Amino acid sequence: MAIDVNNATFSYDEERPIFRNVNFSVSQGEVLCLLGPNGAGKSTLIRCLNRLLPLSSGTVFLDGQDISQLSRRQIAKKIAYVPQSHIPAFPYTVFNVVLMGRTAHHGFLASPGKKDRDIAEQAMESLGITYLEHKPYTQISGGERQLVLLAAVLAQEPEYLLLDEPTSHLDFGHQTRLLEVINRLSKQGMTVIMSSHFPDHAFLTDGKVAILKEGSLVDIGSAAKVVTETNIRDTYGIEVLIGPVAGRHDVITCVPVMHGYKESC
Amino acid sequence: MKFRIPMGLKKLSTSSLLVILPLIVFLLSFIIGHHSISLTTVINILAAKFLPLEPTWPPLLEKVVLQVRFPRIVAAMLVGAGLSAAGAAFQGVFRNPLVSPYILGVASGAGFGAALAILLSDSLILVQVSAMGFGILAVVLTYGMSSVYKSAPTLVLVLAGVIVGSFFSALISLIKYLADPYEKLPSIVFWLMGSLANVNPDVLFTIGPILMIAVMLLVLMGWRINVLSMGEEEALSFGVNTKRERAFVVVLCTVITAAAVCLAGVIGWVGMVIPHICRMLVGPDYRKVITASISIGACYLVIIDDLARALTSLEIPLGILTAIIGAPFFAYLIMRNKVGW
Repeated sequence: MAIDVNNATFSYDEERPIFRNVNFSVSQGEVLCLLGPNGAGKSTLIRCLNRLLPLSSGTVFLDGQDISQLSRRQIAKKIAYVPQSHIPAFPYTVFNVVLMGRTAHHGFLASPGKKDRDIAEQAMESLGITYLEHKPYTQISGGERQLVLLAAVLAQEPEYLLLDEPTSHLDFGHQTRLLEVINRLSKQGMTVIMSSHFPDHAFLTDGKVAILKEGSLVDIGSAAKVVTETNIRDTYGIEVLIGPVAGRHDVITCVPVMHGYKESC
Repeated sequence: MKFRIPMGLKKLSTSSLLVILPLIVFLLSFIIGHHSISLTTVINILAAKFLPLEPTWPPLLEKVVLQVRFPRIVAAMLVGAGLSAAGAAFQGVFRNPLVSPYILGVASGAGFGAALAILLSDSLILVQVSAMGFGILAVVLTYGMSSVYKSAPTLVLVLAGVIVGSFFSALISLIKYLADPYEKLPSIVFWLMGSLANVNPDVLFTIGPILMIAVMLLVLMGWRINVLSMGEEEALSFGVNTKRERAFVVVLCTVITAAAVCLAGVIGWVGMVIPHICRMLVGPDYRKVITASISIGACYLVIIDDLARALTSLEIPLGILTAIIGAPFFAYLIMRNKVGW
């Protein structure tokens, strides 16, 4: 049970690849945190793992099966995806949006049934958003929308979860709670691949970290090995301090060093 | 808890209204027209088809009810229901509430087909067949053109529809320009404005069932249209083969609109606005919007056709009435309701 990415290259125009020769694998229950500067190709890579975009060359293997040979429905039963942001066209109720996560589990001309509705209810409950149930999806905040889409993909009951900057619209409390949900899911056996802008997320989810820079995977491994002061400087061009929080040696954090701060010391 | 019961009742009354309303409109429409016929007589004549009733009415009235008014009313209901359901489905699939069932060029294609047939022959059937054929051809061209592009599939499809539509519009103008201004030109112009005055029962009973099957399939597609309307990537990752399912909806809607055009010419406005009115009534869920559109669309077009028959001795073309009556009504609804799409 694993997702294996083999020599993956993607380009829109056959000339300038968005990313090239990317190799990695994530096994069941692992969390992979994808770091990298804006425009590094993180979102594109995540879309390719779900075949929302077809790879130009290379292969994505899902439990040993080449993803390009699977139907949309087969893929959806295994992998779920939450986009960075979503602009809705019609004001469906939050509940109906969550219910859409069940689409892969019922027939072509069928509608969701009682079992699907129960699973959707549970998914909302597990994220604590049942109170949004009857609200129009268009009239909630961007952060709430991200949680609703997460509930929808939980209702999808996948084995793999792709999250494109899942915390980007969330407040500090929701960010932390979301990371807790991710850790809980991974303990239950869910494989999670998420992109993030915060090196701290790598420590908090305690999984693998990969750094994508200018379309190449420059490093991959445990958070302690990859999230280093050198790597962060090379990736983002800023100075950081990485170390345990005072009084708690098991809590590691990454803090940027501001230039002004340095001079005043 | 206090709010539960009234809400449940409201739901029940809306859905029963959607069933009862078309039946009432259907029956009352038989009274309207040149020969005055009472509702009891209408019901008796219709019931006599199924029950062994002694005819107590003049045979002329039976002929008017069964051979003149029945096909016309049924055609109006089918066309209204079909255009509204197709419009609702297209609005979902194209994620755009301003879309009408003619967005992919059916109307201009069919208009050209009809104009060409009127120019070259006097056969009414040929006009209908040609209209339907060219309507379908226009959509095939639109779809073919759009499939060349990989990205933004719905946007390119709408754009291709605009291109094909204006191409056929130009051809219609060309035919109008060439047509004999005393005989052919007026028929072309009248055809383009839409009418149910010449519904042929044979055509109706051939095309009607096809239209009804396509509409039923659209109803079953309601949930898939919900998912498709979330956007390309969302629908894909929820496990929908967007390309194939969108094509299926387009085929169904094309069959429906081409059949409607074949029966009644080009009737605008209904297919765009009825889905909006239905969304105000039942919310955005397409499982409900499509069903409601069928009911309200059928009622709307029959009422408009009743007015077309009753208002003046000269029949006003349907395409004109649908907009003259529909536009202010829609404006009123928009101003009264806060519409959230």
